Amino acid sequence: MSSVPQDAPEHCPGTNSEDAGKASACAGCPNQQVCASGATKAPDPDLGAVKERLDTIKYKILVLSGKGGVGKSTVSAMLARALALDETKEVGILDIDICGPSQPRVLGAEEEKVHSSGAGWSPVYISENLAVMSIGFLLNSADDAVIWRGPKKNGMIKQFLRDVDWDSLDYLVVDTPPGTSDEHLSIVQYLSASPPVAAVIVTTPQEVALLDVRKEITFCRKVNIPIIGIIENMTTFVCPKCKTETAIFPATTGGGTQLAAESGLPLLGQLPLDPRIARACDHGQNFLTEEPDAPATLGYKEIAKKIIEYCQSLS
Amino acid sequence: MRCHHNRFWPVLQGVGKTILVLSGKGGVGKSTATVQIAATLRGKGYRVGILDVDLCGPSIPRMVGVEGKDVLTTPEGNWVPVYADNEKRLSIISIAFFLDSKTDAVIWRGPKKNAMIKQLLTSVAWDVDYLIVDTPPGTSDEHISVMENIKSAPVMGAVLVTTPQMVAVDDVNRELTFCKRTGINVLGIIENMSGFVCPSCSECSNILATGGGEQLAAKAKVSFLGRVPIDPNLVRCTEEGKNFLDMFAGSPVSEVYHNIIYQLVGENQEEMEVEN
Repeated sequence: MSSVPQDAPEHCPGTNSEDAGKASACAGCPNQQVCASGATKAPDPDLGAVKERLDTIKYKILVLSGKGGVGKSTVSAMLARALALDETKEVGILDIDICGPSQPRVLGAEEEKVHSSGAGWSPVYISENLAVMSIGFLLNSADDAVIWRGPKKNGMIKQFLRDVDWDSLDYLVVDTPPGTSDEHLSIVQYLSASPPVAAVIVTTPQEVALLDVRKEITFCRKVNIPIIGIIENMTTFVCPKCKTETAIFPATTGGGTQLAAESGLPLLGQLPLDPRIARACDHGQNFLTEEPDAPATLGYKEIAKKIIEYCQSLS
Repeated sequence: MRCHHNRFWPVLQGVGKTILVLSGKGGVGKSTATVQIAATLRGKGYRVGILDVDLCGPSIPRMVGVEGKDVLTTPEGNWVPVYADNEKRLSIISIAFFLDSKTDAVIWRGPKKNAMIKQLLTSVAWDVDYLIVDTPPGTSDEHISVMENIKSAPVMGAVLVTTPQMVAVDDVNRELTFCKRTGINVLGIIENMSGFVCPSCSECSNILATGGGEQLAAKAKVSFLGRVPIDPNLVRCTEEGKNFLDMFAGSPVSEVYHNIIYQLVGENQEEMEVEN
């Protein structure tokens, strides 16, 4: 993780970075000597506070891809809703897509604001046992863009983890942006201090998606995050009129099934491209309750069941 | 990966005009649109380059059929872009060429990404009329770095890609703010994956709703360049690195891209059309 002091120059690598004090951007910075001496690489005092919060959360599930637009946010929301169908469980969603936060819209909470108290920031409650936190709630208008470099994004993520008062959860589903960069490195560093953490990887069937998703699997292995399995989304499109199935994103190289086989991972499920899901997400509706008999609904419930079984097997 | 420093090579040397392809939202078809824009320009006789600055998810080499090729260097130490066609009118640079295998991941924080982007912008020996720059989703390090570094180059502006649904439009709206803040000219918005004709019953089923991109363009007072329907043939071509424009020349998608190019570079069209 890295932190950028107030008086740091624009391309500050972060005081905890390997390049602290040595990068070209450090020239002229008042902190340069301190950073170069290694003093700033002392343990981050916030780590303790982050761990304390995270320890109140039983299972942390990262929803990753590598590829954009495969349905990470949709899957995160639907899985969280599916887990929350058990009213005895407390579920949270943490949206760490700082540049493109989708959860407020997907969950129908766009107008909500975050309140802070002595106990920290209270997340937004979608239902009795489902809460969500996203930078989307902190922006004043829909036009606001978060144009931040890595260190500042990392700071926000740390703040979420340190300050959000989830009040103890059974499951925290973490929605991530595409890629393998700052957000991913940071969230893994913090969550790893408070296991168990595991990931589900979302892909669509086509090779152009798999190209990126393979890299995400490499990432998980490098940072020692166990992978529960792979979810293949948008497997086929089913025409609402004639029910013909078309593979819009063809599995030219075997899709999620082949990827699961070659990486030795379980294929948790294959979800169809159902136009009603996108519509539900656009309007913040709960697809699982709106369309209880849809194949996608059954698919999500099945995947949630496998995740619950995985978590229980850890105890 | 070779790491060389050529501090004296100016930004985008050898490039006529540059078009950025941005979104904000992932998976809307930025890379696909980049390739179609480039292919359409090439089809009109221009020499076109594609610069892929998506470091974590570089898709361009596969889409144009040059996956796995090696990048040569000039005597001065600059990278020679990889040619995707025999006529040498379409050339590519992507970090994908520098990775050893498909599973190799670029797991870098911002500062290292910024350094790579600067190299990609200053160390390539282009010789093209147009350069199309494919970007990753978002408004972060890569985008800030690109904007900072290309200020001195002739940049026509940015094409923004969205899909019709509000979840995408939300992010693209933020990208518009980014463009305004960084002073980049918005050439227009493309609404991708807009409508799908079921091959069996021909009922046009607007999978992902429709019109969101056009509404955004109207609200933001930027040009609406066109609506590109889903075409499984296009997906297949990008999967297999085949030239969709050649194989499906009369298709609705090709027509839309011809129209987009006309809107972007129209007045030069007649001068540059050559017999292929």
